[in-house]
Amino acid sequence: MAFLLSFAALVPLNNLGHYVQWHFLEISVANLMVIVLMIITFVVALLAPFPGRRRRKENR
Amino acid sequence: MSTSEIDRQWTTRLRRRVEGKLPPEKLLPDTQPTYVSSWIYVFGIATMCSLGVVIGTGCILALRGPQWWHGSDYGHFINSMHLWSVEIFFFCMVIHLWGKFAMAAWRGGRALTWMTGVVTFLVSIGAGFTGYVSQSNFDSQWISTQAKDGINSTGAGAYFNVLNMGQMLMWHIVLLPLGAIVLTGMHVLMVRIKGVVPPFEEEAETEVAQ
Amino acid sequence: MRKKSFRPDVDAPAWKGGYSPYDIIKEGTIALVVILVLTLIMAVVFGSPDEKAITVKTWSNADPIDFATTALSELNGTSVSAAYGAPYNNTPGASQTMGPLKLEQWVGVRIPINSAKDFVISPLKSLPDQPVLDQQLKTWSAASTATKNTWLKSYAKASTNMKIVKGQVVINATNAGPVPVMINDLTQMARSGALDQALVTGHGFYTTDYTKPLLFLADSQYLGDLAQKQHLTGEQWGMMNETGSYPGQAWLWLYTFWYQIPPFNSSSSGDALVFATMGVLSLLLLFVPFIPGLRSVPRKLKIYRLIWREHYREIEKV
Repeated sequence: MAFLLSFAALVPLNNLGHYVQWHFLEISVANLMVIVLMIITFVVALLAPFPGRRRRKENR
Repeated sequence: MSTSEIDRQWTTRLRRRVEGKLPPEKLLPDTQPTYVSSWIYVFGIATMCSLGVVIGTGCILALRGPQWWHGSDYGHFINSMHLWSVEIFFFCMVIHLWGKFAMAAWRGGRALTWMTGVVTFLVSIGAGFTGYVSQSNFDSQWISTQAKDGINSTGAGAYFNVLNMGQMLMWHIVLLPLGAIVLTGMHVLMVRIKGVVPPFEEEAETEVAQ
Repeated sequence: MRKKSFRPDVDAPAWKGGYSPYDIIKEGTIALVVILVLTLIMAVVFGSPDEKAITVKTWSNADPIDFATTALSELNGTSVSAAYGAPYNNTPGASQTMGPLKLEQWVGVRIPINSAKDFVISPLKSLPDQPVLDQQLKTWSAASTATKNTWLKSYAKASTNMKIVKGQVVINATNAGPVPVMINDLTQMARSGALDQALVTGHGFYTTDYTKPLLFLADSQYLGDLAQKQHLTGEQWGMMNETGSYPGQAWLWLYTFWYQIPPFNSSSSGDALVFATMGVLSLLLLFVPFIPGLRSVPRKLKIYRLIWREHYREIEKV
Protein backbone atom coordinates (compact mmCIF):
# COMPACT_ATOMS: atom_id res chain seq x y z
CA MET A 1 0.00 0.00 0.00
CA ALA A 2 2.80 2.41 0.94
CA PHE A 3 4.36 1.56 -2.39
CA LEU A 4 1.17 2.58 -4.21
CA LEU A 5 0.83 5.71 -2.10
CA SER A 6 4.26 6.90 -3.11
CA PHE A 7 2.92 7.03 -6.67
CA ALA A 8 -0.52 8.44 -5.82
CA ALA A 9 -1.84 10.99 -8.28
CA LEU A 10 1.03 10.87 -10.77
CA VAL A 11 -0.97 13.14 -13.05
CA PRO A 12 -3.26 15.09 -10.73
CA LEU A 13 -6.10 16.79 -12.57
CA ASN A 14 -6.41 19.72 -10.18
CA ASN A 15 -5.66 22.43 -12.73
CA LEU A 16 -8.68 24.14 -14.30
CA GLY A 17 -10.34 21.96 -16.90
CA HIS A 18 -10.75 22.46 -20.62
CA TYR A 19 -14.18 22.73 -22.16
CA VAL A 20 -15.61 22.13 -25.59
CA GLN A 21 -18.38 24.44 -26.74
CA TRP A 22 -20.64 24.05 -29.74
CA HIS A 23 -23.64 26.39 -29.91
CA PHE A 24 -25.35 25.88 -26.57
CA LEU A 25 -23.68 22.54 -25.94
CA GLU A 26 -20.82 22.65 -23.48
CA ILE A 27 -18.88 19.76 -22.02
CA SER A 28 -15.64 19.29 -20.17
CA VAL A 29 -12.92 17.45 -22.05
CA ALA A 30 -12.79 14.90 -19.22
CA ASN A 31 -16.51 14.09 -19.47
CA LEU A 32 -16.31 14.05 -23.26
CA MET A 33 -13.49 11.54 -23.07
CA VAL A 34 -15.52 9.35 -20.73
CA ILE A 35 -18.53 9.42 -23.04
CA VAL A 36 -16.50 8.84 -26.21
CA LEU A 37 -14.70 5.98 -24.50
CA MET A 38 -18.07 4.50 -23.51
CA ILE A 39 -19.30 4.59 -27.10
CA ILE A 40 -16.04 3.08 -28.38
CA THR A 41 -16.21 0.35 -25.73
CA PHE A 42 -19.81 -0.41 -26.69
CA VAL A 43 -18.98 -0.67 -30.37
CA VAL A 44 -15.89 -2.79 -29.68
CA ALA A 45 -17.97 -5.06 -27.42
CA LEU A 46 -20.41 -5.57 -30.29
CA LEU A 47 -17.81 -6.17 -32.99
CA ALA A 48 -14.86 -7.85 -31.29
CA PRO A 49 -14.83 -11.61 -31.73
CA PHE A 50 -15.60 -13.38 -28.48
CA PRO A 51 -13.21 -16.21 -27.68
CA GLY A 52 -15.06 -19.29 -28.94
CA ARG A 53 -16.36 -21.79 -26.47
CA ARG A 54 -16.34 -25.48 -27.11
CA ARG A 55 -19.76 -26.35 -28.40
CA ARG A 56 -21.78 -29.20 -26.98
CA LYS A 57 -24.22 -30.55 -29.39
CA GLU A 58 -26.56 -32.21 -26.95
CA ASN A 59 -29.53 -30.22 -25.66
CA ARG A 60 -30.09 -29.79 -21.95
CA MET B 1 -51.96 -31.29 13.17
CA SER B 2 -53.75 -32.28 9.98
CA THR B 3 -52.12 -32.15 6.60
CA SER B 4 -54.59 -29.55 5.41
CA GLU B 5 -53.69 -27.33 8.33
CA ILE B 6 -50.04 -27.59 7.38
CA ASP B 7 -50.98 -26.91 3.76
CA ARG B 8 -52.67 -23.67 4.80
CA GLN B 9 -49.69 -22.35 6.72
CA TRP B 10 -48.07 -19.22 5.30
CA THR B 11 -44.66 -20.80 5.65
CA THR B 12 -45.68 -23.91 3.73
CA ARG B 13 -47.33 -21.88 1.01
CA LEU B 14 -44.30 -19.64 0.61
CA ARG B 15 -41.95 -22.64 0.53
CA ARG B 16 -44.03 -24.35 -2.15
CA ARG B 17 -44.16 -21.19 -4.24
CA VAL B 18 -40.40 -20.70 -4.34
CA GLU B 19 -39.53 -24.41 -4.37
CA GLY B 20 -37.74 -25.41 -7.52
CA LYS B 21 -37.54 -21.86 -8.86
CA LEU B 22 -33.83 -21.65 -8.35
CA PRO B 23 -32.19 -25.06 -8.30
CA PRO B 24 -28.39 -24.99 -7.77
CA GLU B 25 -27.69 -25.61 -11.43
CA LYS B 26 -29.55 -22.40 -12.27
CA LEU B 27 -28.00 -20.36 -9.47
CA LEU B 28 -24.49 -21.48 -10.35
CA PRO B 29 -24.75 -22.70 -13.93
CA ASP B 30 -21.90 -24.53 -15.62
CA THR B 31 -23.25 -24.07 -19.13
CA GLN B 32 -24.81 -21.24 -21.09
CA PRO B 33 -26.89 -21.38 -24.30
CA THR B 34 -24.54 -21.12 -27.28
CA TYR B 35 -25.93 -17.70 -28.28
CA VAL B 36 -24.35 -16.18 -25.16
CA SER B 37 -21.18 -15.37 -27.01
CA SER B 38 -20.34 -11.68 -27.13
CA TRP B 39 -18.27 -9.21 -25.13
CA ILE B 40 -21.47 -7.27 -24.43
CA TYR B 41 -22.37 -9.92 -21.85
CA VAL B 42 -19.44 -9.00 -19.58
CA PHE B 43 -20.78 -5.56 -18.67
CA GLY B 44 -23.39 -6.84 -16.23
CA ILE B 45 -20.82 -8.70 -14.14
CA ALA B 46 -18.37 -5.78 -14.59
CA THR B 47 -21.01 -3.43 -13.13
CA MET B 48 -21.48 -5.75 -10.16
CA CYS B 49 -17.75 -6.02 -9.57
CA SER B 50 -17.39 -2.22 -9.69
CA LEU B 51 -20.22 -2.00 -7.17
CA GLY B 52 -18.20 -4.38 -5.01
CA VAL B 53 -15.13 -2.13 -5.24
CA VAL B 54 -17.26 0.97 -4.56
CA ILE B 55 -18.66 -0.65 -1.43
CA GLY B 56 -15.30 -2.04 -0.33
CA THR B 57 -13.54 1.33 -0.62
CA GLY B 58 -16.56 3.00 0.98
CA CYS B 59 -16.25 0.64 3.94
CA ILE B 60 -12.56 1.54 4.34
CA LEU B 61 -13.50 5.25 4.28
CA ALA B 62 -16.18 4.53 6.89
CA LEU B 63 -13.65 2.98 9.27
CA ARG B 64 -12.08 6.33 10.09
CA GLY B 65 -15.08 8.61 9.57
CA PRO B 66 -16.12 11.27 7.08
CA GLN B 67 -13.30 13.79 7.69
CA TRP B 68 -10.39 11.34 7.56
CA TRP B 69 -9.71 11.49 3.84
CA HIS B 70 -9.12 15.25 3.87
CA GLY B 71 -6.07 14.97 6.07
CA SER B 72 -4.51 11.59 5.31
CA ASP B 73 -2.65 10.53 2.15
CA TYR B 74 -3.87 7.02 2.68
CA GLY B 75 -7.44 8.25 3.14
CA HIS B 76 -7.19 10.40 0.03
CA PHE B 77 -5.92 7.43 -1.95
CA ILE B 78 -8.89 5.33 -0.83
CA ASN B 79 -11.13 8.23 -1.80
CA SER B 80 -9.51 8.23 -5.26
CA MET B 81 -10.28 4.52 -5.58
CA HIS B 82 -13.84 5.19 -4.42
CA LEU B 83 -14.25 7.91 -7.06
CA TRP B 84 -12.78 5.93 -9.94
CA SER B 85 -14.71 2.78 -9.09
CA VAL B 86 -17.87 4.90 -9.22
CA GLU B 87 -16.87 6.23 -12.65
CA ILE B 88 -16.19 2.66 -13.83
CA PHE B 89 -19.47 1.49 -12.25
CA PHE B 90 -21.58 3.97 -14.22
CA PHE B 91 -19.47 3.39 -17.33
CA CYS B 92 -20.20 -0.34 -17.26
CA MET B 93 -23.80 0.07 -16.14
CA VAL B 94 -24.70 2.35 -19.03
CA ILE B 95 -23.07 0.03 -21.58
CA HIS B 96 -24.95 -2.87 -19.94
CA LEU B 97 -28.16 -0.86 -20.33
CA TRP B 98 -27.48 -0.14 -24.02
CA GLY B 99 -26.67 -3.79 -24.62
CA LYS B 100 -29.78 -5.11 -22.88
CA PHE B 101 -31.92 -2.59 -24.73
CA ALA B 102 -30.42 -3.72 -28.04
CA MET B 103 -31.33 -7.31 -27.13
CA ALA B 104 -34.83 -6.35 -25.93
CA ALA B 105 -33.88 -8.36 -22.89
CA TRP B 106 -37.32 -7.94 -21.30
CA ARG B 107 -38.81 -10.54 -23.65
CA GLY B 108 -40.08 -13.86 -22.39
CA GLY B 109 -41.36 -12.77 -18.98
CA ARG B 110 -38.25 -10.79 -18.11
CA ALA B 111 -39.95 -7.37 -17.75
CA LEU B 112 -39.37 -7.32 -14.00
CA THR B 113 -35.68 -7.99 -14.55
CA TRP B 114 -35.50 -4.95 -16.84
CA MET B 115 -37.45 -2.84 -14.35
CA THR B 116 -35.29 -3.74 -11.34
CA GLY B 117 -32.30 -2.84 -13.49
CA VAL B 118 -33.74 0.59 -14.30
CA VAL B 119 -34.61 1.23 -10.64
CA THR B 120 -31.09 0.18 -9.63
CA PHE B 121 -29.76 2.72 -12.14
CA LEU B 122 -31.93 5.48 -10.64
CA VAL B 123 -31.04 4.52 -7.06
CA SER B 124 -27.35 4.52 -8.05
CA ILE B 125 -27.69 8.05 -9.41
CA GLY B 126 -29.12 9.03 -6.02
CA ALA B 127 -26.32 7.20 -4.22
CA GLY B 128 -23.74 8.96 -6.39
CA PHE B 129 -25.37 12.34 -5.84
CA THR B 130 -25.53 11.99 -2.05
CA GLY B 131 -21.86 10.97 -2.17
CA TYR B 132 -20.97 14.16 -4.00
CA VAL B 133 -22.81 16.29 -1.42
CA SER B 134 -21.24 14.35 1.48
CA GLN B 135 -17.65 15.12 0.43
CA SER B 136 -17.51 18.09 2.83
CA ASN B 137 -15.43 20.22 0.45
CA PHE B 138 -16.04 23.06 -1.99
CA ASP B 139 -17.58 20.71 -4.53
CA SER B 140 -20.20 19.52 -2.06
CA GLN B 141 -20.94 23.09 -0.95
CA TRP B 142 -21.65 24.13 -4.52
CA ILE B 143 -23.53 20.98 -5.56
CA SER B 144 -25.80 21.00 -2.51
CA THR B 145 -26.70 24.68 -2.75
CA GLN B 146 -27.51 24.21 -6.45
CA ALA B 147 -29.34 20.91 -6.17
CA LYS B 148 -31.60 22.15 -3.40
CA ASP B 149 -33.57 24.22 -5.93
CA GLY B 150 -34.40 21.22 -8.09
CA ILE B 151 -35.31 18.99 -5.17
CA ASN B 152 -37.26 21.75 -3.40
CA SER B 153 -39.27 22.33 -6.59
CA THR B 154 -40.69 18.82 -6.28
CA GLY B 155 -41.67 19.38 -2.66
CA ALA B 156 -39.24 16.65 -1.55
CA GLY B 157 -36.68 19.19 -0.33
CA ALA B 158 -38.73 19.76 2.79
CA TYR B 159 -37.91 16.22 3.92
CA PHE B 160 -34.79 15.39 1.89
CA ASN B 161 -32.63 18.37 2.85
CA VAL B 162 -29.48 18.31 0.72
CA LEU B 163 -27.96 21.04 2.91
CA ASN B 164 -28.10 18.73 5.92
CA MET B 165 -24.77 16.96 5.60
CA GLY B 166 -25.56 14.39 8.29
CA GLN B 167 -28.77 13.38 6.57
CA MET B 168 -27.08 13.13 3.16
CA LEU B 169 -24.23 11.05 4.59
CA MET B 170 -26.72 8.62 6.15
CA TRP B 171 -28.54 8.26 2.85
CA HIS B 172 -25.21 7.79 1.10
CA ILE B 173 -23.74 5.16 3.38
CA VAL B 174 -26.83 3.32 4.63
CA LEU B 175 -30.12 3.72 2.81
CA LEU B 176 -29.11 4.04 -0.84
CA PRO B 177 -26.34 1.37 -0.80
CA LEU B 178 -28.79 -0.96 0.91
CA GLY B 179 -31.29 -0.24 -1.86
CA ALA B 180 -28.66 -0.72 -4.56
CA ILE B 181 -27.43 -4.01 -3.08
CA VAL B 182 -30.92 -5.47 -2.54
CA LEU B 183 -32.04 -4.41 -6.02
CA THR B 184 -28.88 -5.81 -7.61
CA GLY B 185 -29.44 -9.07 -5.74
CA MET B 186 -33.03 -9.30 -6.97
CA HIS B 187 -31.94 -8.39 -10.50
CA VAL B 188 -29.28 -11.10 -10.59
CA LEU B 189 -31.58 -13.74 -9.07
CA MET B 190 -34.18 -12.98 -11.72
CA VAL B 191 -31.56 -13.33 -14.44
CA ARG B 192 -30.55 -16.69 -12.97
CA ILE B 193 -34.18 -17.88 -12.67
CA LYS B 194 -35.22 -16.82 -16.17
CA GLY B 195 -31.91 -17.34 -17.93
CA VAL B 196 -30.38 -15.07 -20.55
CA VAL B 197 -32.87 -13.85 -23.16
CA PRO B 198 -32.75 -15.89 -26.41
CA PRO B 199 -32.17 -14.20 -29.78
CA PHE B 200 -35.05 -12.81 -31.83
CA GLU B 201 -36.55 -15.37 -34.17
CA GLU B 202 -36.68 -13.91 -37.58
CA GLU B 203 -39.90 -15.64 -38.67
CA ALA B 204 -43.12 -13.84 -37.86
CA GLU B 205 -45.02 -16.68 -36.28
CA THR B 206 -43.54 -18.94 -33.65
CA GLU B 207 -44.83 -21.03 -30.86
CA VAL B 208 -44.80 -19.27 -27.55
CA ALA B 209 -42.81 -20.95 -24.84
CA GLN B 210 -45.06 -21.68 -21.92
CA MET C 1 -47.63 -25.99 -25.58
CA ARG C 2 -50.55 -23.79 -26.52
CA LYS C 3 -50.65 -21.87 -29.78
CA LYS C 4 -51.22 -18.17 -29.53
CA SER C 5 -50.04 -15.27 -31.58
CA PHE C 6 -46.39 -14.59 -30.91
CA ARG C 7 -45.50 -11.01 -30.01
CA PRO C 8 -41.84 -10.67 -31.01
CA ASP C 9 -41.15 -7.73 -28.68
CA VAL C 10 -42.80 -9.36 -25.68
CA ASP C 11 -42.35 -13.10 -26.02
CA ALA C 12 -39.11 -14.96 -26.37
CA PRO C 13 -38.80 -18.14 -28.39
CA ALA C 14 -37.95 -21.26 -26.43
CA TRP C 15 -34.29 -22.15 -26.83
CA LYS C 16 -33.89 -25.45 -28.59
CA GLY C 17 -30.22 -25.08 -29.47
CA GLY C 18 -27.08 -26.21 -27.75
CA TYR C 19 -25.21 -25.22 -24.64
CA SER C 20 -21.56 -24.49 -24.10
CA PRO C 21 -19.49 -24.72 -20.92
CA TYR C 22 -19.52 -21.63 -18.77
CA ASP C 23 -17.58 -21.07 -15.56
CA ILE C 24 -19.51 -18.32 -13.78
CA ILE C 25 -17.22 -18.23 -10.72
CA LYS C 26 -14.06 -18.01 -12.81
CA GLU C 27 -15.50 -15.25 -15.01
CA GLY C 28 -16.70 -13.33 -11.95
CA THR C 29 -13.28 -13.57 -10.34
CA ILE C 30 -11.53 -12.40 -13.49
CA ALA C 31 -13.97 -9.49 -13.79
CA LEU C 32 -13.38 -8.47 -10.16
CA VAL C 33 -9.61 -8.54 -10.59
CA VAL C 34 -9.80 -6.52 -13.82
CA ILE C 35 -12.03 -3.87 -12.23
CA LEU C 36 -9.87 -3.69 -9.11
CA VAL C 37 -6.70 -3.27 -11.16
CA LEU C 38 -8.35 -0.61 -13.36
CA THR C 39 -9.50 1.27 -10.25
CA LEU C 40 -6.02 1.09 -8.72
CA ILE C 41 -4.42 2.35 -11.93
CA MET C 42 -6.84 5.30 -12.21
CA ALA C 43 -6.39 6.17 -8.52
CA VAL C 44 -2.60 5.99 -8.76
CA VAL C 45 -2.42 7.98 -11.97
CA PHE C 46 -5.08 10.64 -11.47
CA GLY C 47 -5.93 10.75 -7.74
CA SER C 48 -9.09 12.62 -6.87
CA PRO C 49 -10.08 16.25 -6.34
CA ASP C 50 -10.56 17.81 -2.91
CA GLU C 51 -11.01 21.54 -3.29
CA LYS C 52 -11.11 22.86 0.27
CA ALA C 53 -14.48 23.99 1.57
CA ILE C 54 -14.87 27.73 1.92
CA THR C 55 -15.99 29.20 5.20
CA VAL C 56 -17.76 32.42 6.07
CA LYS C 57 -14.39 33.42 7.50
CA THR C 58 -12.50 32.89 4.24
CA TRP C 59 -15.28 34.56 2.25
CA SER C 60 -15.49 37.66 4.49
CA ASN C 61 -11.72 38.05 4.52
CA ALA C 62 -11.35 37.54 0.78
CA ASP C 63 -14.20 39.86 -0.15
CA PRO C 64 -15.50 41.83 2.87
CA ILE C 65 -17.61 44.13 0.70
CA ASP C 66 -19.44 41.19 -0.84
CA PHE C 67 -19.97 39.83 2.64
CA ALA C 68 -21.34 43.14 4.00
CA THR C 69 -23.59 43.55 0.95
CA THR C 70 -24.90 40.00 1.34
CA ALA C 71 -25.49 40.60 5.07
CA LEU C 72 -27.51 43.69 4.16
CA SER C 73 -29.57 41.63 1.68
CA GLU C 74 -30.35 39.16 4.48
CA LEU C 75 -31.40 42.01 6.74
CA ASN C 76 -33.60 43.80 4.19
CA GLY C 77 -35.03 40.60 2.73
CA THR C 78 -33.67 40.96 -0.81
CA SER C 79 -31.39 37.91 -0.76
CA VAL C 80 -32.31 34.69 -2.58
CA SER C 81 -32.86 32.76 0.64
CA ALA C 82 -34.84 35.59 2.28
CA ALA C 83 -37.39 35.53 -0.54
CA TYR C 84 -37.06 31.81 -1.38
CA GLY C 85 -40.52 30.61 -0.39
CA ALA C 86 -41.18 27.03 0.72
CA PRO C 87 -39.68 25.06 2.35
CA TYR C 88 -37.75 27.94 4.01
CA ASN C 89 -40.24 30.78 4.33
CA ASN C 90 -43.54 32.19 3.15
CA THR C 91 -42.99 34.39 0.14
CA PRO C 92 -46.09 34.79 -1.99
CA GLY C 93 -45.56 33.69 -5.57
CA ALA C 94 -42.00 32.43 -5.00
CA SER C 95 -42.82 28.71 -5.15
CA GLN C 96 -42.25 26.73 -8.33
CA THR C 97 -45.13 24.87 -9.89
CA MET C 98 -45.60 21.93 -12.25
CA GLY C 99 -48.64 23.24 -14.09
CA PRO C 100 -51.50 22.85 -11.59
CA LEU C 101 -49.25 21.01 -9.12
CA LYS C 102 -47.97 23.45 -6.52
CA LEU C 103 -45.93 20.82 -4.70
CA GLU C 104 -43.46 23.22 -3.15
CA GLN C 105 -46.26 25.39 -1.76
CA TRP C 106 -48.39 22.46 -0.62
CA VAL C 107 -45.57 20.98 1.40
CA GLY C 108 -45.13 24.34 3.09
CA VAL C 109 -42.46 25.77 5.36
CA ARG C 110 -40.68 22.77 6.90
CA ILE C 111 -37.18 24.19 7.38
CA PRO C 112 -38.01 27.70 8.63
CA ILE C 113 -35.39 30.31 7.74
CA ASN C 114 -35.79 33.94 8.73
CA SER C 115 -32.77 35.48 7.03
CA ALA C 116 -32.64 38.69 9.09
CA LYS C 117 -33.02 36.88 12.38
CA ASP C 118 -31.04 33.70 11.64
CA PHE C 119 -28.14 35.18 9.68
CA VAL C 120 -27.75 38.63 11.27
CA ILE C 121 -29.58 39.37 14.50
CA SER C 122 -29.27 36.09 16.42
CA PRO C 123 -25.52 35.71 15.72
CA LEU C 124 -24.95 39.33 16.79
CA LYS C 125 -26.93 38.73 19.97
CA SER C 126 -24.70 35.76 20.79
CA LEU C 127 -21.63 38.02 21.07
CA PRO C 128 -20.75 38.65 24.75
CA ASP C 129 -19.92 42.01 26.32
CA GLN C 130 -20.75 44.35 23.45
CA PRO C 131 -22.47 47.31 25.13
CA VAL C 132 -22.60 49.50 21.99
CA LEU C 133 -23.90 46.68 19.82
CA ASP C 134 -26.41 45.59 22.46
CA GLN C 135 -27.82 49.11 22.62
CA GLN C 136 -28.11 49.26 18.84
CA LEU C 137 -29.81 45.86 18.72
CA LYS C 138 -32.32 47.08 21.30
CA THR C 139 -33.01 50.16 19.18
CA TRP C 140 -33.48 47.86 16.18
CA SER C 141 -35.98 45.58 17.83
CA ALA C 142 -37.92 48.49 19.33
CA ALA C 143 -38.29 50.23 15.95
CA SER C 144 -41.39 49.95 13.78
CA THR C 145 -41.20 48.16 10.43
CA ALA C 146 -41.52 51.50 8.64
CA THR C 147 -38.56 52.95 10.55
CA LYS C 148 -36.48 49.83 9.90
CA ASN C 149 -37.28 50.12 6.20
CA THR C 150 -36.19 53.76 6.14
CA TRP C 151 -32.87 52.85 7.80
CA LEU C 152 -32.31 49.94 5.44
CA LYS C 153 -33.11 52.06 2.39
CA SER C 154 -30.65 54.77 3.44
CA TYR C 155 -27.96 52.17 4.08
CA ALA C 156 -28.61 50.35 0.83
CA LYS C 157 -28.42 53.62 -1.11
CA ALA C 158 -25.08 54.51 0.46
CA SER C 159 -23.73 50.94 0.17
CA THR C 160 -22.65 51.46 -3.46
CA ASN C 161 -19.76 53.51 -2.03
CA MET C 162 -18.95 51.07 0.76
CA LYS C 163 -15.27 50.78 1.64
CA ILE C 164 -13.19 48.63 3.90
CA VAL C 165 -10.71 50.68 5.89
CA LYS C 166 -8.43 48.85 8.32
CA GLY C 167 -10.86 45.96 8.34
CA GLN C 168 -13.84 48.15 9.22
CA VAL C 169 -16.87 48.64 6.97
CA VAL C 170 -16.92 52.36 6.21
CA ILE C 171 -20.09 53.80 4.76
CA ASN C 172 -21.40 57.29 4.51
CA ALA C 173 -25.02 56.63 5.37
CA THR C 174 -27.22 59.18 7.09
CA ASN C 175 -30.38 58.17 8.90
CA ALA C 176 -29.48 54.47 8.81
CA GLY C 177 -30.11 53.95 12.53
CA PRO C 178 -28.30 50.90 13.97
CA VAL C 179 -27.74 49.27 10.57
CA PRO C 180 -24.09 50.46 10.07
CA VAL C 181 -23.06 49.08 13.48
CA MET C 182 -24.92 45.82 12.89
CA ILE C 183 -23.39 45.21 9.46
CA ASN C 184 -19.89 46.21 10.58
CA ASP C 185 -20.03 44.06 13.71
CA LEU C 186 -21.35 41.08 11.75
CA THR C 187 -18.49 41.54 9.27
CA GLN C 188 -15.97 41.57 12.14
CA MET C 189 -17.64 38.51 13.61
CA ALA C 190 -17.45 36.76 10.23
CA ARG C 191 -13.78 37.65 9.71
CA SER C 192 -12.88 36.22 13.10
CA GLY C 193 -14.56 32.90 12.30
CA ALA C 194 -17.13 33.29 15.06
CA LEU C 195 -20.04 33.58 12.61
CA ASP C 196 -19.29 30.15 11.10
CA GLN C 197 -19.70 28.65 14.53
CA ALA C 198 -22.77 30.71 15.41
CA LEU C 199 -24.56 29.63 12.21
CA VAL C 200 -23.73 25.94 12.62
CA THR C 201 -24.53 25.65 16.31
CA GLY C 202 -28.03 27.01 15.89
CA HIS C 203 -29.21 23.52 16.84
CA GLY C 204 -26.96 23.03 19.85
CA PHE C 205 -23.51 21.61 20.47
CA TYR C 206 -23.63 18.53 18.25
CA THR C 207 -24.82 19.11 14.73
CA THR C 208 -24.34 17.84 11.23
CA ASP C 209 -26.80 20.26 9.67
CA TYR C 210 -25.24 23.01 7.56
CA THR C 211 -28.45 24.41 6.11
CA LYS C 212 -27.98 27.92 7.49
CA PRO C 213 -24.32 28.58 6.64
CA LEU C 214 -24.81 27.03 3.20
CA LEU C 215 -27.84 29.17 2.44
CA PHE C 216 -25.93 32.26 3.60
CA LEU C 217 -22.89 31.36 1.47
CA ALA C 218 -25.11 30.65 -1.51
CA ASP C 219 -26.50 34.19 -1.33
CA SER C 220 -23.03 35.61 -1.90
CA GLN C 221 -21.42 36.64 -5.14
CA TYR C 222 -18.19 35.01 -3.93
CA LEU C 223 -19.36 31.37 -4.05
CA GLY C 224 -20.89 31.82 -7.50
CA ASP C 225 -17.70 33.41 -8.84
CA LEU C 226 -15.57 30.52 -7.59
CA ALA C 227 -18.01 28.04 -9.16
CA GLN C 228 -18.03 29.98 -12.43
CA LYS C 229 -14.24 29.68 -12.59
CA GLN C 230 -14.55 25.90 -12.14
CA HIS C 231 -17.31 25.68 -14.79
CA LEU C 232 -19.83 24.46 -12.25
CA THR C 233 -22.75 26.83 -12.80
CA GLY C 234 -26.03 25.70 -14.31
CA GLU C 235 -25.50 27.61 -17.58
CA GLN C 236 -22.12 25.92 -17.94
CA TRP C 237 -23.71 22.44 -17.75
CA GLY C 238 -22.11 22.44 -14.32
CA MET C 239 -24.28 19.64 -12.96
CA MET C 240 -22.10 17.10 -14.73
CA ASN C 241 -18.78 18.86 -14.06
CA GLU C 242 -16.21 18.34 -11.35
CA THR C 243 -13.64 20.72 -9.88
CA GLY C 244 -10.29 20.74 -11.69
CA SER C 245 -10.23 18.66 -14.85
CA TYR C 246 -11.67 15.46 -13.41
CA PRO C 247 -14.65 13.83 -15.03
CA GLY C 248 -17.84 14.47 -13.09
CA GLN C 249 -21.33 13.03 -12.98
CA ALA C 250 -21.50 12.60 -16.76
CA TRP C 251 -24.60 10.46 -16.26
CA LEU C 252 -26.49 13.66 -15.38
CA TRP C 253 -26.07 14.99 -18.94
CA LEU C 254 -29.78 14.85 -19.68
CA TYR C 255 -30.76 16.69 -16.46
CA THR C 256 -28.38 19.52 -17.18
CA PHE C 257 -29.27 19.55 -20.90
CA TRP C 258 -32.84 20.68 -20.23
CA TYR C 259 -31.61 23.70 -18.28
CA GLN C 260 -29.98 25.04 -21.47
CA ILE C 261 -33.09 25.23 -23.66
CA PRO C 262 -36.50 26.93 -23.56
CA PRO C 263 -38.93 26.76 -21.90
CA PHE C 264 -36.83 25.40 -19.02
CA ASN C 265 -34.16 28.11 -19.06
CA SER C 266 -36.67 30.96 -19.16
CA SER C 267 -39.43 29.69 -16.87
CA SER C 268 -39.57 30.78 -13.23
CA SER C 269 -40.48 27.15 -12.54
CA GLY C 270 -37.55 25.81 -14.56
CA ASP C 271 -36.39 23.36 -11.89
CA ALA C 272 -39.87 21.94 -11.44
CA LEU C 273 -40.27 21.51 -15.20
CA VAL C 274 -36.90 19.77 -15.56
CA PHE C 275 -37.65 17.40 -12.71
CA ALA C 276 -41.12 16.64 -14.07
CA THR C 277 -39.63 15.96 -17.53
CA MET C 278 -36.96 13.69 -16.10
CA GLY C 279 -39.60 11.94 -13.99
CA VAL C 280 -41.66 11.19 -17.09
CA LEU C 281 -38.58 10.03 -19.04
CA SER C 282 -37.52 7.77 -16.16
CA LEU C 283 -40.99 6.21 -16.13
CA LEU C 284 -40.76 5.68 -19.89
CA LEU C 285 -37.43 3.88 -19.44
CA LEU C 286 -38.88 1.82 -16.60
CA PHE C 287 -41.92 0.76 -18.63
CA VAL C 288 -40.20 0.22 -22.00
CA PRO C 289 -41.25 -3.48 -21.99
CA PHE C 290 -44.91 -2.43 -21.95
CA ILE C 291 -44.91 0.51 -24.34
CA PRO C 292 -45.89 -0.51 -27.90
CA GLY C 293 -43.64 1.13 -30.45
CA LEU C 294 -40.87 1.87 -27.99
CA ARG C 295 -40.36 -1.82 -27.24
CA SER C 296 -40.06 -2.56 -30.96
CA VAL C 297 -37.11 -0.20 -31.36
CA PRO C 298 -34.43 -2.83 -30.63
CA ARG C 299 -35.90 -5.25 -33.18
CA LYS C 300 -35.90 -2.51 -35.82
CA LEU C 301 -32.45 -1.18 -34.87
CA LYS C 302 -31.04 -4.66 -35.61
CA ILE C 303 -28.02 -4.17 -33.33
CA TYR C 304 -28.96 -7.59 -31.96
CA ARG C 305 -27.81 -9.11 -35.26
CA LEU C 306 -24.27 -8.09 -34.32
CA ILE C 307 -24.55 -9.49 -30.79
CA TRP C 308 -25.94 -12.82 -31.91
CA ARG C 309 -24.18 -12.95 -35.30
CA GLU C 310 -22.71 -16.41 -34.62
CA HIS C 311 -26.14 -17.74 -33.76
CA TYR C 312 -27.69 -16.38 -36.97
CA ARG C 313 -24.73 -17.66 -39.00
CA GLU C 314 -25.33 -21.17 -37.62
CA ILE C 315 -29.04 -20.94 -38.52
CA GLU C 316 -28.22 -19.82 -42.05
CA LYS C 317 -25.86 -22.81 -42.43
CA VAL C 318 -28.74 -25.12 -41.51
